[in-house]
Amino acid sequence: MTAFIKDTLIGFWSLLAGLGVTIRYFVKPIVTVQYPREKLTMSPRYRGHTEFIIDPETGSHLCNACENCARTCPSNVISVTGVKVAGTKKKRAVTYVLDYSLCSLCGLCVEVCPTKALKFSDEYRLAGFSRQDMIIDVIARLQAQQRALGLPEEVPPVPEAEEAKTEETKGGEGES
Amino acid sequence: MQFLLAEGARIGISLIGVIGLVSINALFLIWMERKVSAHIQLRPGPMEVGFHGALQTIADALKLIGKELITPEDADKLIYLLAPIVMFLPVLVSFIVIPFSPTLLIRDLNVGILLIFAFSTMAVLAILMAGWSSNNKYSLLGAIRSVAQTIAYEIPLLITAMSVIIMVGSLKLTDIVAYQATVWNVLFQPLAFILFIICGTAETNRAPFDIPEAESELVAGFHTEYSGMRFAIFFLAEYTNMFIVSAVATVLFLGGWRGPILPPLVWFLLKVYAIIFLMMWFRWTFPRLRFDQLITLGWKILIPLSLANLILTALAIKIF
Amino acid sequence: MMLEKGIEEKTFYLNLGPQHPATHGVLRVVLEMDGEFIANSEPIIGYGHRAHEKMAELRTYQQYLPNMGRVDYLHALAYNQCYCMAVEKLTGIQVPERAEFIRVITSELNRISSHLLWFGAYLLDLGAFTPFLYCFDDREHILDLLDRITGSRLTYCFYRFGGVPVDVDEEFIAGTRAFISRLRSRWNDYDTLVTKNVIFINRTRDVGIMTPEQALKYGVTGPNLRGSGIPYDIRKSEPFSVYPLFDFEIPLGERGDVLDRYVVRLQEMEQSLRIIEQALDKLPEGPIMAEKVPKRLKPPEGEVYTAVETARGEFGIYLVSKGDVKPYRLKLRVPCFSNLSVMPELFQDVMVADAVAILGSLDLVIPDIDR
Repeated sequence: MTAFIKDTLIGFWSLLAGLGVTIRYFVKPIVTVQYPREKLTMSPRYRGHTEFIIDPETGSHLCNACENCARTCPSNVISVTGVKVAGTKKKRAVTYVLDYSLCSLCGLCVEVCPTKALKFSDEYRLAGFSRQDMIIDVIARLQAQQRALGLPEEVPPVPEAEEAKTEETKGGEGES
Repeated sequence: MQFLLAEGARIGISLIGVIGLVSINALFLIWMERKVSAHIQLRPGPMEVGFHGALQTIADALKLIGKELITPEDADKLIYLLAPIVMFLPVLVSFIVIPFSPTLLIRDLNVGILLIFAFSTMAVLAILMAGWSSNNKYSLLGAIRSVAQTIAYEIPLLITAMSVIIMVGSLKLTDIVAYQATVWNVLFQPLAFILFIICGTAETNRAPFDIPEAESELVAGFHTEYSGMRFAIFFLAEYTNMFIVSAVATVLFLGGWRGPILPPLVWFLLKVYAIIFLMMWFRWTFPRLRFDQLITLGWKILIPLSLANLILTALAIKIF
Repeated sequence: MMLEKGIEEKTFYLNLGPQHPATHGVLRVVLEMDGEFIANSEPIIGYGHRAHEKMAELRTYQQYLPNMGRVDYLHALAYNQCYCMAVEKLTGIQVPERAEFIRVITSELNRISSHLLWFGAYLLDLGAFTPFLYCFDDREHILDLLDRITGSRLTYCFYRFGGVPVDVDEEFIAGTRAFISRLRSRWNDYDTLVTKNVIFINRTRDVGIMTPEQALKYGVTGPNLRGSGIPYDIRKSEPFSVYPLFDFEIPLGERGDVLDRYVVRLQEMEQSLRIIEQALDKLPEGPIMAEKVPKRLKPPEGEVYTAVETARGEFGIYLVSKGDVKPYRLKLRVPCFSNLSVMPELFQDVMVADAVAILGSLDLVIPDIDR
């Protein structure tokens, strides 16, 4: 009987103590961020979609359309085409398109890039109204950034009509 | 003829007043619940519609009105339709006797408190009707739980109210308020007050006693199948019930409308909303009891304590 | 305190799930009910099957990396680590010590975030809403820290064969230390609000008792097993990575009930904090990536099994290579599958309310079961 009364009293006290905790938090300032009104800056390693790094020397991208990224990608996100630039032996990207709706944000494309041409953007407002909104033209994005910086815009090399060797490789086969 | 007209006008005005109060009260309480829970949980709650989200509930109510009223195919249709009404009408009736201020009350019945308790028990009937007629096992389980636990909290609720009533010697709510002209009853009856609040929380089916609804167990309990305005009426009834239980507690223990400086109505509402805040505070602090634990709590702790309190009160009255 | 079972002979069936607030995913449990009591129960799984094992056979070793973050999304880094360990063992890559330390720190942080989420969601099952948001407040700090170095907040894909791609910086170390002291200061509030709460104790004590025999019979691992009093933790019994360098304890339960499993998890968070603290103190200098990891990984023929201790128990990978760029076969031994299989025994003759409490206490991640 005494044990029962003791238990009841201890139980009652524990409830009061719990109420004490919540009322303490009740008067504390809120910790949430009111998203559309306030915005957080993304962390330096935030993985948005990929974009080209603007090389300070050339003022443009470094992609030589080797398609390593497209091959490494587990989800076939990337399609790259490139042509040989006249006069040099190097290839250069003509189109670089991401289907971001397939991306699993692993970051393997950035790591595998031999010329270190890619980086993650800090774009996080990626919602769209259709699947088409998820398809990101990286070169167009680069041109927009160059305009904003006052740099000359990237002009993708035009494949010569007769010997246009545009080959499009969808990544993901692993073997090639 | 004159009398009939006057009476008719009186009933009409009262009805409009009560329905207006019920709606505004529910709108306010839902907003308050959101704000209280939000600030306890370190977030701001609704902020977009109106000043600090004050109009959020109106927006929600409009949404609910616009929703389809779904009736499950194999439901017992008549009972299914009646359940929200049975839930809501007794709540309205209780407003007849609540004294908001010396002048603002509809009827000063001399069995006022009895009327409130009698009608509040009907909520269980409504829950049973809703749960049974929905033809849903979760609803049925919720209804059964509700019926099973009724006695566990209704008996101590009545007995604790009885302690106050034998002190005052009247069932009339205005008499009970008049009795507390100098000292509030809560000072004479602290234990009864605590018991009344606990049982009152159970009476309104609110956490930690929200066993018939028990979201994480029974999805939404007895009102799982209800949608649109029918669901809204259950919701409205819950919040109005809270108001009534708090109003009764105010009248019985906190001196009703009495208080210095401010007008009586303001004092009354202040006390009522303070008790409602307490109940919200409970909800956002405690986990839910299992329903046999509520019965154990009722029979092993609340009923003996309330009986002991009643006997002590009777003895004290006899001696002094 | 149990009610006597009624004499009612008819039973009915109740579908708990696949869409039910308490199953935390698409698990369906068919309950044969005798009034409020459960007579029989049967879990039905597979709603979230995504063929992770088959996917491994179609992708190169690197390409399979992001999949590991999606099997058990709550403790993704441990899964990540296990897969990397398997491939490293197969190819014989030596991981530099600093990388191992970073792996331990991040994985333990991830374990705490997983336990915190469980803690909050479990209280939600029991009907208390507020602790959930307090936990998320704490968890947010972990996510910010991990976001800082791994770049993602939930489905991490951070470890690479041979190490980690990014080194930790001073800000991360300072932030982690600040987080440790912050979380320690919160234990008191959690205890007062939940652990000592009489309603909580009544809901959990002597509910869903799992005997050590039952636990062993069904291959239960992780905090569920330790709640039954068996000291089996892969970090101690088959040490991997650099765990032998740290001093930590394995919290154990006595009765094997829901409360014990709860307490074990809470204490495990404290032990994880200790590990992180020691790892930060001892963090060696050096490279974070092994030298000479081929870009196109072609492990020699062979088979390996590696296991790690995740927040839910033993996770193992059995990997068979035929010397190709893709695995020949990859088998995932997931903890939740075994932990779920003991459930029907625990559900015997309990009430629905207790069933929810037991189901929650097993800490199931449904995509992990279905994988």
